[in-house]
Amino acid sequence: MALSGRHLLGMQSVPKEDIQLILDTATTFREVLERPIKKVPTLQGKTIVNLFFENSTRTRISFELAEKRLSADTVNFSVSGSSVSKGETFKDTIKNIEAMKVDMVVVRHSAAGTPLFLTKICDANIINAGDGIHEHPTQALLDMYSVREKLGRLEGVKVCIVGDVAHSRVALSNIYGLKTMGAEVSVCGPSTMIPKFIEELGVKVIYNIDEAIQENDVLNVLRIQLERKAREYFPSIREYSKYFGITAERLEKNGKDILILHPGPINRGVEISSEVADGMHQIILKQVTNGVAVRMAVLYLLGTLI
Amino acid sequence: MKIILQNINLLNPDQGLNEKEINLLIIDGKISRIGKISDAEANDARVFDLSGKYVVPGLFDMHVHLREPGREDEETVKTGCDSAANGGFTGVACMPNTEPAIDSAEVVTLIKEKALGHLVDVHPVGAATLGRKGEVISPMAELIEAGAVGFSDDGVAIKTSAMLRRAFEYSGMFNVPIIEHCEDDSLTGGAMNEGLNSTTLGLPPVPSVSEDIIVSRDLLMAGYTGGKIHIAHISTKKSVEMVRDAKKRGIKVTAEATPHHFSLTDDAVKTYDTNVKMSPPLRSQSDVDAVQKGLKDGTIDCIASDHAPHSPEEKETEFEFAPNGILGLETEVGLALSELYTKKILTLEQIIEKMAINPRKILNIPVPKFEEGEMANLTILDTESIWTVDINKFKSKSHNSPFDKRLMTGKAVGVINNGKMYLTESGSYINL
Repeated sequence: MALSGRHLLGMQSVPKEDIQLILDTATTFREVLERPIKKVPTLQGKTIVNLFFENSTRTRISFELAEKRLSADTVNFSVSGSSVSKGETFKDTIKNIEAMKVDMVVVRHSAAGTPLFLTKICDANIINAGDGIHEHPTQALLDMYSVREKLGRLEGVKVCIVGDVAHSRVALSNIYGLKTMGAEVSVCGPSTMIPKFIEELGVKVIYNIDEAIQENDVLNVLRIQLERKAREYFPSIREYSKYFGITAERLEKNGKDILILHPGPINRGVEISSEVADGMHQIILKQVTNGVAVRMAVLYLLGTLI
Repeated sequence: MKIILQNINLLNPDQGLNEKEINLLIIDGKISRIGKISDAEANDARVFDLSGKYVVPGLFDMHVHLREPGREDEETVKTGCDSAANGGFTGVACMPNTEPAIDSAEVVTLIKEKALGHLVDVHPVGAATLGRKGEVISPMAELIEAGAVGFSDDGVAIKTSAMLRRAFEYSGMFNVPIIEHCEDDSLTGGAMNEGLNSTTLGLPPVPSVSEDIIVSRDLLMAGYTGGKIHIAHISTKKSVEMVRDAKKRGIKVTAEATPHHFSLTDDAVKTYDTNVKMSPPLRSQSDVDAVQKGLKDGTIDCIASDHAPHSPEEKETEFEFAPNGILGLETEVGLALSELYTKKILTLEQIIEKMAINPRKILNIPVPKFEEGEMANLTILDTESIWTVDINKFKSKSHNSPFDKRLMTGKAVGVINNGKMYLTESGSYINL
């Protein structure tokens, strides 16, 4: 079995069989991660560059760990902002890195479309680790992995993505991936944070968090990015947490079991109350481990393609 | 030198002229005979057989960026004029967002001097406000005296309603238009048109209403002051409707549309090709349909390219960081003939009105006439030739066009103006 493409740029174009294959492969690697020696020689001799043009701790460490567990040689290249600001053009930066004979590039960038641009100027396999507010496919894969692990299936599962959907790359990747797998997807958040044309993607829009909790099996709660421009889109943190925050009270009122995912890091007391966060801590930490397994699967499947 | 353009279709809607298969004798750049040419007159003449081709008043593009002074690495007055001639134009109006801006007589004079002796006439558009900053009105009288033909803060709209009012009132003394780039900059700052595509591509959106708000403001202010407003590169359905309505109400408004806004939708952005990034951005199909309809019913008076050269190092980058603007001069005639004439949206007469006559009338520039004794200022069109765009053959200093390798029907064969002839095929100038 092999993937149908040689890059992972986004979930939009990944067919069902590929998602299935990645998730199944991740299950195998998940088992490897429980062993005393957590290393396999699958990508020995391969060189992978982690090209991070935007600050990231979790995603970068997760990828780096996945690469090391697969015995690949890894190089980290981090610059904040575009290299253009340093005088070197972006294209030259990429050409320079390619000249170092790398096999795969994991790229994170603040501008949408950058991974696609890379495929045009460089021969390596490209993996998108988040591009602007476009896509973050490995995050969506690990979210789907966690849902499948917990509920046993994705087909027919009702998932609501809560928060700043308009400025989230996680949201779009989840929407594409989940829809491909036959899940029902809705989004919930203040209307200023919901893209104007999102319903055309076959996504239901809910403006009431209680309704969202009631109707769904899974809530994928996005981080409210306090440090970003997103602050212009809602009146105050107090108002946001009051009307859209996930609290124990709200969950109890609903009564039924609901799976809550969060890509992290959590703003306690903003999108999720501390109490709920503590209650779901195990799952969130499990998500982190799953993240390594899913990334190992992606790297393995792309890296061993001929 | 004596030349004969033989078997031409001579077309000038401004004169009500539409003659089939006649001859034009040009001596030393001047029209000497239209129609039957005697053997004595034809003696020693260089004859160009142009059967089936149209000779029309020299085309005029009222919205180009020549980048000089300031960004001579991207385009100069000279290369911009070469690009215009190669695209079939004998005149252009150049926008003031140079460095420094065209906000002093010295800069107008510099550009006029650089263009002196070229086949293509260059008419600078002065900045409406000093440095295009929207704070102090530019020295309009002095700019006009030096040769400016209109005023604009192009690249942005005139910042405040108060400044816009002053610009209308002051420019009104000279009967020249205020040319507005209509975008509310508190709503722009994105990278593409807002729609399903901006959502799926993850690109920050520019809503079409940002254009509509400024068009609406400008029309109201033009009505209030009696000023002349020209809407540059109109791109939205709503704006076209507002201009149509304002014309009915007697507001002195004219408008132009670019070839990219009548031939491409924001679907083109799916490749993240930075050569489809411009301001205003490519819009939806319903906007493109409305622009075409506006061209057809006369709401939109002109076709203008918004020719905006950019260096490869600026364009070969992340979509969000790439500058706005694409080349236009050398694909404009091809797109107008392919997308509007061949598809029967406009007649050839309408195309000539929008690409040669109306732009000059708006800017108070005399429209070329086909009369004996007049200097020849003309474009030769082949409406049937099928050709492929090759950006490497452009005369522009830059190459940022999304139309490379596109198949076109119809092109300019050559131009004559200022005692010079240029033929696209040979790429060289002939002194007449």
